[in-house]
Amino acid sequence: MIVEGIRGDAENFPVGMRVLAVDDDPTCLKLLETLLRKCNYNVTTTNQARVALKMIREKKDRFDLVISDVHMPDMDGFKLLELVGLEMDLPVIMLSANSDPKLVMKGVTHGACDYLVKPIRIEELRNIWQHVIRRKKVDSKNQNRSSDQTKAHPASGEGHGSPLAGNTDQNGKFNRKRKDDDDETEDNDNEYEDNGTQKKPRVVWTIELHRKFVQAVNQLGIEKAVPKRILDMMNVEGLTRENVASHLQKYRLYLKRISTVATQQANMAAALGVKDSGFMHMGSLDGFGDFRTFSGTRLGNVALSSYPGGMLGRLNSPGNVNMRNLTPSTLIQPSLAQNLSSSINSLGKMNLVLPTSNQTPSLFQGIQPSLELDQLQHNKGTANFTSINNSRIFRTGSAGAALGSSNNLLNSPMSNPLLLHGNTQQPLSGGRFGNQSAPFTSESFNNGVSDPANENWQNRVDASKMHPNTLLSAEPFHSQLPLNGLRDNNSSNGTYLQNNPIDLSSGLALPPFEDSREMQCQVGPMGDVQNMSQSWSEQRQGSGIVNQKMDIYTGGRSSGGASALVQQNGKLVTESIPRSNEDFLFEQPKLPSGLTPQGYDSLDDLVNAMIKREQDETVPNGEFAFDNYSFGAGM
Amino acid sequence: MHRQLANMKQTLFDQGYLDEQFIQLEELQDDANPNFVEEVVTLYYRDSARLIQNIEQALEKSPLDFSKLECLMHQFKGSSSSIGAKRVKSECTQFKEHCRVGNADGCKRTFQQLKKEYATLRKKVEVYFQFARQIGPVEKACRSK
Repeated sequence: MIVEGIRGDAENFPVGMRVLAVDDDPTCLKLLETLLRKCNYNVTTTNQARVALKMIREKKDRFDLVISDVHMPDMDGFKLLELVGLEMDLPVIMLSANSDPKLVMKGVTHGACDYLVKPIRIEELRNIWQHVIRRKKVDSKNQNRSSDQTKAHPASGEGHGSPLAGNTDQNGKFNRKRKDDDDETEDNDNEYEDNGTQKKPRVVWTIELHRKFVQAVNQLGIEKAVPKRILDMMNVEGLTRENVASHLQKYRLYLKRISTVATQQANMAAALGVKDSGFMHMGSLDGFGDFRTFSGTRLGNVALSSYPGGMLGRLNSPGNVNMRNLTPSTLIQPSLAQNLSSSINSLGKMNLVLPTSNQTPSLFQGIQPSLELDQLQHNKGTANFTSINNSRIFRTGSAGAALGSSNNLLNSPMSNPLLLHGNTQQPLSGGRFGNQSAPFTSESFNNGVSDPANENWQNRVDASKMHPNTLLSAEPFHSQLPLNGLRDNNSSNGTYLQNNPIDLSSGLALPPFEDSREMQCQVGPMGDVQNMSQSWSEQRQGSGIVNQKMDIYTGGRSSGGASALVQQNGKLVTESIPRSNEDFLFEQPKLPSGLTPQGYDSLDDLVNAMIKREQDETVPNGEFAFDNYSFGAGM
Repeated sequence: MHRQLANMKQTLFDQGYLDEQFIQLEELQDDANPNFVEEVVTLYYRDSARLIQNIEQALEKSPLDFSKLECLMHQFKGSSSSIGAKRVKSECTQFKEHCRVGNADGCKRTFQQLKKEYATLRKKVEVYFQFARQIGPVEKACRSK
């Protein structure tokens, strides 16, 4: 509908406001639907979070508001919340029969703009439209705002005052803070309205753009990265300081989230032993499943895809979409691993993978990297990785994928679907924390086929927002995950590598920031990654691939998560990433250099973009996994 | 007849079987949704039967998995409160409390109680709906006049 301003029926808003209701309880769902209809809203219902995510991702502008139950069997409501917030920046209202303040707090910190207790009364629903308006306003303002905001905190989250938990939340708070100019929130600067233009056409943060953004941020240093400088560095026409500012805000949040996740993941990873594909499934990871599939297909592409342009081309579709679109026929469906392999095989196909990679990076950033890497290494088949990757990768493809990619890697705050968008649920995102890494790595990679990895990566990519961090942290993996090499090698080595791991990274379309990340994706444990990558390199020769992957990751989602990873990997990634896919493939994973944490801002988009791009290149994730798997396996 | 129906309803409220939520449901019923309340309640019974079964199975295990039970009961409570099943809901709350402290016997006892209330409510509501259906058409006829 109307893109700017009020979506839906603009004139009679809130009449016709498009609401998506999610609740596994049929009684409650029916009741909710009827209540909403009574309020004259346009209602869509589903009893599965996964389906909901898919619907939202399909068309970003399809809904104005999401109402979701907290307690759901296939995905935790909070995870869905994060994913949606991250990826889509949609206002989300939580619903529960439980009025425990702790839960309410959790909802708020995860970015819910409201928390309703069942049974719901119609009066309560009559006012929910205000959240939509508020968010819109915030968005416009954010765009306007510029540096001031971003300066404040790398991750808006810092503001803490407002749990930027979700982007949305952030925005809201952000604005508020800005005005007040205090609250810790990041920007709270007064620059509240820089331009005073309320509504600007939304800037689409393509992977390329995001990459540049991340690069710029990394160069400036996350602390010093101010919108103005970033803008200058990026040197993009038509981009305003406000755009950058708001993107930066999101990126910061993402980073924050990733680091949190990373820690968790690290813990989790340890516990999980990475292999845990469960990880991926964890929580929202379920979404990954979708993601995976998505990634799966993607991975194939991504990883394999010709990293170069090929992927990008594909990815081009709106960052997020790419991934999704790419998934050719959901290769991914079959265990991610498979997908990965296939993806990898398809080399060219997966281009999408890249986008996902974005995600992964994020994932990696999180603790995951370590976990993942370890896993990878251990697992050999680090299927997880692949899976994670795949998921990630896909994710990135998708809209910046909510990291959903199961890859936990995406860990990045799940709430933001991070890049994963395209991909199925962002398995990553949800799981992000802890889960992410684990499942991610182990699952996919093991598949041997890198597919899984790809998938993971992809997912990750999506999750990039989320996970990339986790993955990235893994930096070790960056070591250039042979993935990069994979790409090259794809044909030669086990194709899988190519596609997956790396692709994933690439897929993530990580915007430049992820560069390092990409590497990460694979890298779970950075150290490991390195090893892995090395091994790959050896195998592959193509170590360059790894780089690529790294890129992807970073590119992809770097948002949040990526940063973390990036940092670690930063070296790796950055090195590798900057390249546009092509480079990656060939570039030797610079990993060691450490990935520079790229700033991800709107990770989603960027990631996606990145992913796309990355796809070509990336999939480092995939690679990573490959290592373990057996490169030859290729998928 | 209407009065009779109203009385029936009032009794249900007085006896605590139903609460205001039920009224909300009724308010949502209109020409577009003429049998809304009945539909929702039917849906509730169908879905909750499944939950009840799950809880029963879980209660047979040993030792009891309280967190799982609590989780199941939470779902059940959610639906019950959505239709305004007051007594059932309070049994749910009690059950959850028992779970929280790990009182297996308390859980089992409360569950039996809950099932009773659940069944009773169902019967009463069925009667109510039957009656309402009988009256319904009449009402419409009158209105059209």
